[in-house]
Amino acid sequence: MIETNTSPAADAGPTALAVSLRGVTKAYDNGVEALGPLDLAVRKGEFVSLLGPSGCGKSTALRLIAGLAAPSSGTVRVARHEGEAQPGHGIGFVFQEPTLMPWASVRENVRLPLKLGGVARAEARARVDAALASVGLADFADAFPRELSGGMKMRVSLARALVTDPDILLMDEPFAALDEITRFRLNNDLLALWRNLRKTVIFVTHSVFESVYLSQRVVVMTARPGRIQADLRIETVEPRAEEFRTSAAYSDYCRKVSAALAPSYSGQSLL
Amino acid sequence: MNAQAPATAKPSGAQRALRFVLPVIVFAAGLAAWELVVRVKGIPPYVLPAPSAIFLTLIKDWPVLSQSLLTTLLTTLEGFVAASLGGIALALLFNQSKWVEYSLFPYAVVLQVTPVIAIAPLLLIYLEQQTAVVVCAFIVAFFPVLSNTTLGLNSVDRNLAGLFQLYGASKPQTLRFLKLPAALPYILGGLRIAGGLSLIGAVVAEIAAGTAGAGSGLAYRIAESGYRLNIPRMFAALLLLSLAGIVIYGVLALVSHLVLRRWHESALGKES
Repeated sequence: MIETNTSPAADAGPTALAVSLRGVTKAYDNGVEALGPLDLAVRKGEFVSLLGPSGCGKSTALRLIAGLAAPSSGTVRVARHEGEAQPGHGIGFVFQEPTLMPWASVRENVRLPLKLGGVARAEARARVDAALASVGLADFADAFPRELSGGMKMRVSLARALVTDPDILLMDEPFAALDEITRFRLNNDLLALWRNLRKTVIFVTHSVFESVYLSQRVVVMTARPGRIQADLRIETVEPRAEEFRTSAAYSDYCRKVSAALAPSYSGQSLL
Repeated sequence: MNAQAPATAKPSGAQRALRFVLPVIVFAAGLAAWELVVRVKGIPPYVLPAPSAIFLTLIKDWPVLSQSLLTTLLTTLEGFVAASLGGIALALLFNQSKWVEYSLFPYAVVLQVTPVIAIAPLLLIYLEQQTAVVVCAFIVAFFPVLSNTTLGLNSVDRNLAGLFQLYGASKPQTLRFLKLPAALPYILGGLRIAGGLSLIGAVVAEIAAGTAGAGSGLAYRIAESGYRLNIPRMFAALLLLSLAGIVIYGVLALVSHLVLRRWHESALGKES
């Protein structure tokens, strides 16, 4: 069951929830238990990482929140603006792959959510330009995806997710396939975007270091079926920057998160 | 490795020229040998005409042959258009409803695997000759369009489909902005095969029809010349058919390249 919470009372206040999952499980048709039961509450404006071993159902959790799949049991609540006509406009989704349409230019790719939502061309153009500028790709609007590097494609994907100005940004291991330098740069850009736009971000990753660097909260999940193993707050001087990556506090948090993650890998062969 | 890289990159221009020049040389050498053998051995033209004789016949009989060429090309075009529209429309229908697909697909396969040369005489009984010939071209050509388009429509990236779902895309929107563009390379591949096959279908049906008259196609000319032992004209008509096939393939390949060149792997150079 998916409920859409549109009551103004629930939206009020700084502690209002953006996403809440209660007793959510997901079993696939072949009987594989992928997830849960999972209870998770994410506050508005929060940056939360879901961290866990491959196949623990963290991507499944994201798809459930996005409404791309229905839970087998439990409830998924996603807060939305009032009066929002169509589902999904409050949510931006970034996949592990850039997932761009190869036949369309960068501009057309970013415009897609607006086109599907029936936004007028002139207004869409301004918003697409703004979204591209926010990820530093203003000069590449007319390029085709194949002409871009992996990092730039990911930026296009991010711009597309941002173009509808969603409240919630769901990111499914978006930088996993990129080289380290590109990943670090995109990490910083993402943090800057998050600070400026104050969106709720749920970020799925299997990298301890990435989760600690980016998030206010790291939710560690167990192996399949994924449950919450630990829920750790990462508190440091904001805004974070490259110095944080080399600080003692950072390695401290990384050690703690790794320790919390270790049981998830016990019983699994390392090969 | 480093020393080799520029060495392999450089001669690409010369290599391209070679790929063009070599077949031409082989062709010219073959013609010369043919001409020589016919002249030296004094083979009569009703056994094996020399290339020069075929060429002269082509010029001499051009009024008749060009008329026939036009007829065959028109039949091919009609069959091709019918096969393209029919194949794509049927694939879209299959894609919208599994029930329709399960009900009709076996018959599409049956139509494909039954040799058209065996169906043609029956069609000629029930249909007007010109219609029957077009239907034959259609039957031969539509299956590759249908199966390729179906394959293309089913090869849509799963995440992109999820994205369309997330943004609440309607069925027509998903079809127009996602499925059809994603299927386009497959559809064009199907059309490329269908172009050649329509010509084959048209020729087969013309031969089966075997009717004389002003509107007779090239295949009929070949059969007729055969009965009259006019071997040079047989060769000339065959040459025209072959050229028509090459032109049809070339045009469709060019269209495919022009449509896909900005984005699809098949139309990109190796270095980009």
